[in-house]
Amino acid sequence: MTETKNHKPIREPLFHLAKRDNLPRHKALLIRLAAILVGMLIVCLFGLLIVGWDPFRIISTIFDGTFGTPNRRWDLFEKTAILLCISLAVTPAFRMRFWNIGAEGQTLIACLASVTCMLKIGDKVPNPVLLLIMVTASIIAGAVWAIIPAVFKAFWNTNETLFTLMMNYIATQITAYYVYIWSVPKGSGHIGIINANTKAGWLVSIGDYPYLLNILIVIVMTIVSYIYLNHCKHGYEISVVGESEKTARYIGINVKVVILRTMAISGAICGLAGFLIVAGADHTIIAGSVGGQGFTAIMVSWLAKFNPIAMAFFAFLIAFLGKGAKEITTLTGLDSSFADIVTGFVIFCIIGCEFFINFTIKFRKKEALPGAEAAKAEPVSENTEEQKDAVPETEEKNEEAIPDNDGKEGSEQ
Amino acid sequence: MKKILAMLLTVIMILSLAGCGGKDGNDEGSEEYKNIKVGLICLHNEQSTYDLNFINAMKDACKQLGIPESRMIIVTGIDESNACYEAAKDLVDRGCNIIFADSFGHEDFMIQAAKEFPKVQFCHATGTKAHTEKIANYHNAFASIYEGRYAAGVAAGLKLNDMISSGKITADKAVIGYVGAYTYAEVISGLTSFYLGAKSVCPSVTMKVQYTGSWYDETAEKEAAEKLINAGCVLISQHADSMGAPTACEKAGVPNVSYNGSTVNACPNTFIVSSRINWAPYYIYAINCVKDGTAIAADWTGGFAEGSVELSAINDKAAAAGTKEKVDAVVADLKAGKIKVFSTSTFTVDGKALTSYMADVDSDEAYTPDTEVIKDGYFHESEYRSAPAFDIRIDGIEFLNAAY
Repeated sequence: MTETKNHKPIREPLFHLAKRDNLPRHKALLIRLAAILVGMLIVCLFGLLIVGWDPFRIISTIFDGTFGTPNRRWDLFEKTAILLCISLAVTPAFRMRFWNIGAEGQTLIACLASVTCMLKIGDKVPNPVLLLIMVTASIIAGAVWAIIPAVFKAFWNTNETLFTLMMNYIATQITAYYVYIWSVPKGSGHIGIINANTKAGWLVSIGDYPYLLNILIVIVMTIVSYIYLNHCKHGYEISVVGESEKTARYIGINVKVVILRTMAISGAICGLAGFLIVAGADHTIIAGSVGGQGFTAIMVSWLAKFNPIAMAFFAFLIAFLGKGAKEITTLTGLDSSFADIVTGFVIFCIIGCEFFINFTIKFRKKEALPGAEAAKAEPVSENTEEQKDAVPETEEKNEEAIPDNDGKEGSEQ
Repeated sequence: MKKILAMLLTVIMILSLAGCGGKDGNDEGSEEYKNIKVGLICLHNEQSTYDLNFINAMKDACKQLGIPESRMIIVTGIDESNACYEAAKDLVDRGCNIIFADSFGHEDFMIQAAKEFPKVQFCHATGTKAHTEKIANYHNAFASIYEGRYAAGVAAGLKLNDMISSGKITADKAVIGYVGAYTYAEVISGLTSFYLGAKSVCPSVTMKVQYTGSWYDETAEKEAAEKLINAGCVLISQHADSMGAPTACEKAGVPNVSYNGSTVNACPNTFIVSSRINWAPYYIYAINCVKDGTAIAADWTGGFAEGSVELSAINDKAAAAGTKEKVDAVVADLKAGKIKVFSTSTFTVDGKALTSYMADVDSDEAYTPDTEVIKDGYFHESEYRSAPAFDIRIDGIEFLNAAY
C-alpha cells in the first residue's frame, strides 16, 4: 500500500493489472464460486433467450432433472462416479507431466476385456470368480494400453500426447470389430445385454441400489488416490519427475521406472472404470461405451488441479450440469447439444476465473476516497501471512485445456 | 461496492420480471386420451433423418389423437447402452403409460425396463425379440418396407431402361450401386427387394453393394457412393441414414433413389424417389390399445395399406417418363397381394431356384436357423417376426465388401 501512495496518481490509466503472488485459499475458493455463479447467470440469460424460460424455472428444472426422483439421483451419482474414476486415472500421469489423453481408449479396451470374459467364460465359472477374473482382465488391459506409449516415452522419448491419442482410435476400432463379430442377430452390429438371464458377470447390487457398489468403489479409490499422491513416496517421485527430470535423476530417482509405473497405475484405474461400466451398469459394449468421458476426465483433473477431493466436486458439477440441462432439452424439444453448451458456459467461467486468481485489477484511485481505496486494495497485501496454494506451479498453465507438451518438457532436456 | 450491489439487484429484478412472463400453452388435449402419456426414446436428435422420421411420426400421431405436447415426451441422444434403460425408467417416473424406442440397439434395455415395470407398455421399433421373450408388455414393430423398396426399385429400373434406350449405356452396363450399413437381414432384405423391383422392369440389371459398418457416417457413405460410381454404377441407392450418398450422387450427376424421406431439396437434379416408413399408424394403433385396455400385438407389421410404407413424390426432373403411372400400378398390386416381392420365381441362388430356406427368426448367439420361410413359392418376409429376416445373397448382386 505504501508504495502506491507515494506515486502521483495523475497519469495513471483507468485500471491496470498486477500479478498476485499467492491468494489465500478461501479467497481463491470464493472467486471460483463466484465464477460458477456467473456461469449460471449466463446459462440463465442464454436460457431466457433460447427457451424463453425465467431463471428460476431453468434452475429448478436443472435440479429437478438431477434430483427430482430417486432414479435420477442414482443415475447422477453413478455418472459422477464413473467420470471421477477416469479422472483419478489420468491424474498420476498428469502430475508427472505425462500428457495421457488416452484414457478413453484405456477404459474402452478394459470394457472389451470384461465383455470378453462375460461372453467366453460366463457360463463356466461361478459369478464371484467370474467377477474377479473380469476385474483382473480389465485392469491388465487398461494398464497394457497405457504402458505401450509409456515404454516408447521412457526409452525413445516419443510424443506421448499423440501416441496415447492414437491408441484411442485403435481401441475403438478393435472394439467395433468385436462388436460386429459377436453381434446378435448376425451382422447387426449389436451385442445386446450379455447374460441377461443368468446375470453372470453382473456386479451385485447392494440392497435395492444397483449402482451403490460402483459409487462406493470409486469413493474408496478417491481416498486411496489422495493418499498415494500426497502422502506416499511414489506420489512425491511423480511430482519431482513432473517438475524436472534432471532433478529427479540427480536425486537418484529412476525416471524410466517412475514413468512406466505411473502410467501402469493410470491405465489400471482406467481398467477399473471400464470394469465398472460393463459389470456395474451397461452389461454390454458398443464402440461408444466410454462416451467421451476419457476426455472430459482430463478437464476434471485440470480444473481440480490434480487434487482427487476437488475432482469429486468437478466431476459432480459436470455430471449435474449435463444431466440437468438435458432435462431442459427434453421438456422443450431443443437439440440435445444444448446440454453441452450449458456445461461449456460454466466450465468456461471457471477456467476464466483463474485469471482473477492470478491477477488483480487495480483501478485508478480517486483522491477523495483514500479510505475506500485502501480497503479495496487490501487483499493484495493481506495474503503474505497466508499459506501457499497447494500446487502453485501449475497455476499459470490452467488456461490450457490440452497442454502442449513439447514446450514444457523439451526445454528441460 | 454499492454500485456492484445495485447492479446485481437490477439484474435480478430484470430476470425475475422476465420470469413473470406467460405460462406454457393449454394442457387440455382431447378428453378421450386424457390418461395417456407417451414417451419416445431416440438414438440421435433431429439432425439424423432416421430419428427425425420417428419424431415427426410421434408428433403427427399425438396431434391426430389430440394428445397435447405436455403429455408427449421425446428424449433424444440416448445411446444404445444403460442410458436407454435409465431413460425408460425416467419416462416411467414421469408417468408415461406407453414408451417407444427407435433404435435397434435399444431393444435389450427396453426389455430390462419392461420386466421391471409390467404396467407400462414398451414398444420397440425394428427389434426381433418380442416373440421369443414373451413379455406381456413388450412389443416389436416394423413395416413391410421391402414392398416400398420394391416399388422404388421399379422407378430405378425404369430409369435404367431410359438410359439404355437413349443409348447412354448398353443393357449389360445397367449396374446399380447400393450403400448399406451392415450385413444384417434388415439391409439385405431391403437391397434385395430394391434389386428385384428394378429387375422386374429391366431384366439385365445387376447390383454392387458397398457396406459402411455404421448406420450414420456421412463421410463413409459419401466415399462408398463415390467408389460405386467409379466402379461403373450408373444409379445409386442407399440404406444408411446420412446425406452422404445422395450428395455424392448430386455432385457426380448420378441418379439416386433415396431412403427415409425425400432428399429432393438437396439433390434437385438426381433424386428420383424415396421410400420410407411412416411410424404414425403404429403409434396410433399402440396408443389406442393402451386407451382401450387391449393387448398390443407382440409383432406388428404395417404395409402400404396401413399407411406404414410410403413413397415420396417422384422428381420428374430425374425420373424416366411414365414412372409415376407404373409405380402407382405396382403399389396397387402390392396392396392387393398380386405381387409377392420375394417370389422364388424371380431370383436364383447359385444358379438354382430356392425351394426351402431356414431363417434365423428367433435370434440367438449361434444364429441357429429355426424357421422354414419359403412356402407357396415365396419367402414369407416379416410374417414370423416383424423385423425382416431375408438374409439370402441372390445371384446378380455382388458384395464388394462383406466385412460388416
